[in-house]
Amino acid sequence: MTVTFMMDGKEVTAQDGQTLLDVARENGIDIPTICFHEATTANALCRICVVEVEGMRVLQPSCIVKAGANMKVQTRSEKVIRARKTILEMLASTMDLSDAPEILTMMDEYGASDERFPDAVRRESEVKDDNPMYIRDYSKCLLCWRCVQVCADDAQYTYAINFEGRGFETQIGTFFEKPIPETTCVMCGQCVGVCPTGALKPKREFLLEQGKTPAEISVMNTGRKQRKPR
Amino acid sequence: MSEIDLAPLKTAIAPYLSLGRSGLLPALHAAQKLYNWLPEEVASEIAKSLRIPLADVHGVIEFYSMFYNKPVGKKIIRVCTDQACALKNADGLLSHLCAHHGIQPHQTTDDLSLTIESSPCLGICEQAPVALVDDQAETNISPDFQQYELGVPRSIVDGTLRILTINCGNGPTRLKKYGEYAGLKKAKAMGRLDVIEEVKASGLIGRGGAAFPTGIKGEGAERAIGDQKYVVCNADESEPGTFKDRVLLNDDPHRVIEGMCITAYAVGATKGYIYIRGEYPYIVPVLENALTEAREAGYLGEHFDIEIRVGAGAYICGEETALFESIEGKRGFPRVKPPFPTTHGLFGEPTVINNVETLCNLPLIILEGAQGYRNYGTEKSPGPKLFCVSGDVAKPGLYEVSFGATMRELLDLAGGVADGKKLKAVLLGGAAGAFATAEHLDIKLTFEDLRAAGLPLGSGVVMVFDETRDMRDVLKRLGHFFAHESCGKCYPCQMGTQRQMEILDRVAEGRVIDGDFVRLQDVGWTMTDASICGLGQTAASAVLSAMKLWPELFEVKS
Repeated sequence: MTVTFMMDGKEVTAQDGQTLLDVARENGIDIPTICFHEATTANALCRICVVEVEGMRVLQPSCIVKAGANMKVQTRSEKVIRARKTILEMLASTMDLSDAPEILTMMDEYGASDERFPDAVRRESEVKDDNPMYIRDYSKCLLCWRCVQVCADDAQYTYAINFEGRGFETQIGTFFEKPIPETTCVMCGQCVGVCPTGALKPKREFLLEQGKTPAEISVMNTGRKQRKPR
Repeated sequence: MSEIDLAPLKTAIAPYLSLGRSGLLPALHAAQKLYNWLPEEVASEIAKSLRIPLADVHGVIEFYSMFYNKPVGKKIIRVCTDQACALKNADGLLSHLCAHHGIQPHQTTDDLSLTIESSPCLGICEQAPVALVDDQAETNISPDFQQYELGVPRSIVDGTLRILTINCGNGPTRLKKYGEYAGLKKAKAMGRLDVIEEVKASGLIGRGGAAFPTGIKGEGAERAIGDQKYVVCNADESEPGTFKDRVLLNDDPHRVIEGMCITAYAVGATKGYIYIRGEYPYIVPVLENALTEAREAGYLGEHFDIEIRVGAGAYICGEETALFESIEGKRGFPRVKPPFPTTHGLFGEPTVINNVETLCNLPLIILEGAQGYRNYGTEKSPGPKLFCVSGDVAKPGLYEVSFGATMRELLDLAGGVADGKKLKAVLLGGAAGAFATAEHLDIKLTFEDLRAAGLPLGSGVVMVFDETRDMRDVLKRLGHFFAHESCGKCYPCQMGTQRQMEILDRVAEGRVIDGDFVRLQDVGWTMTDASICGLGQTAASAVLSAMKLWPELFEVKS
């Protein structure tokens, strides 16, 4: 079954059950995404992929809304642009985006300023370096939920991490803030793999960025110097 | 920490073990009663017993304001500092109490005897200022803070009608006085589909704030296919300025239960929940008692029974899908809709969820018939309606009128603006509502007339501010309320409520900076247009209305 509808004034065809985001991508229409990831359940929480659908009271998240016959969709209406730009500006005023080049590019595209919200409280925290595999730098976390999802029912069924706090003060955390080795974490690394902003980073990459040499890292890992090549 | 004796915990949570994850909130409440807070060992034991991942249990404790994972006082005083109480010097009360006990708000005395907190609206706005002292309400606190009433708050009820509130004002109505569930009896004689048709024909619109036609919900759930259907009573009344459900639940619990029984019969549900907010602990025994009476009379039993669930301090749990998550033992994150509760509700099953006042209309509709019911109200807003009148009026209270009364008529019933002052503004619909002014006084308080005027009816809040009030302080409190209550799931609301609060703080403190007006508008419209649920979509509603009415408040002072 296929459905035909209008997207940005152009007639498009979709398979029954396809999301608006899918259809847009197939038709070369660019809709930005942040929390969306092929491997995780779409939660439609970043709202950067919202589009305007005629007849709907509020903007619709294209990552989960299914294409329907005779829909009229605008992916770049004035409302959509205002929402996307403001969300990006709020993100830039909240967290450290330096390791999130895709979002920085989005900001350029939408003319979003990182100085839009002066005197804004930022979410800042110390780097958590408590295990040999990865570090957690929640100053860079934009709460896309992917790490919690892959740690739970979307992949690993490990349930080592969940949320702390509520609202703006939400942070990803462990049971009573225990260090990772004291949790159920199995060091599978899937959370690191899906993190879009460098908030979760392999320990080695982190150390290299800190200016450590591979030789020094080897000593840290094994307690021995790297053998010199003969 | 190892001296914690877990034996009493095991006994206390035993009744919830069979509930699995859904038993988490009841278990945490029970544990907190025992230990006063939730230490790691206790949380860990609960996780193990209910077979819930540790991190998830911690996440749930962290979500709800009334669960503590750090030691707190044996006694907890929560002083309401939201709008209605603020007008009666709630800030003064809070600092008086704190000074008296030598602590700051949200601190605990060294001997762990007392914690004092500021609290979002406690739903006793007509008797402001108020505080919650453990399980009791402290109301009508005198201006010198020396005198007050302690216990279950009184019900102050009046109006041109006394239909929904016929049993309200004299404490809990026992089944003997309420009489047989005549509406339920008639409903069963009519047949399920006819009950739904009758409710549809009555034109009843939900009274919780979202204004959805009740009959359509019932029809949807009746048609939906599911192993188990549920009826949920949304008694998480938390909209600042709203206290109608508190009065109905406490004074006439059988009307609520009968409404649930009628719904259950009509849609074929066998299980019901009353989810009551944690800030109404004094009503829980009343409900338990009423449920026992209803069971003894055979209205509840194997065919349909009701369980009480108590919230733990989260406004978002009034959002229907967040409420389901909470019953399921999770953080109160709203779900993406569709699918809607009628097909995928509690535990993923077809569910009808209705507000307390909505349910109270059902016995009336069945007994009077749709046509009889329509003798009250207007064509598009049929029936009686409860309004929660608070703030600067001579006689704050709960007023029952026929839909169609104007704001002026309502304020006259409440004795007009207090102390002969002039009206500055009315906050309609609560924190998620909008401001009206004297020019709106002759608008009928119906869904259709208010909508035409660009105003919301919301949950029936009419909060009055006199000419001397500084609206910037009111706005500042709105900002703090939403920032505190955002669940943090979607970006527009998670960050928008924070940025809105920061700008409104500047407005209140006279520190407005260049660009704040547009900044506040952009944040407001982004939340309105792009948030996941009703909380975010209305978090800027009152602020945006204030910006239209009083743009000068948001301008840079030169």
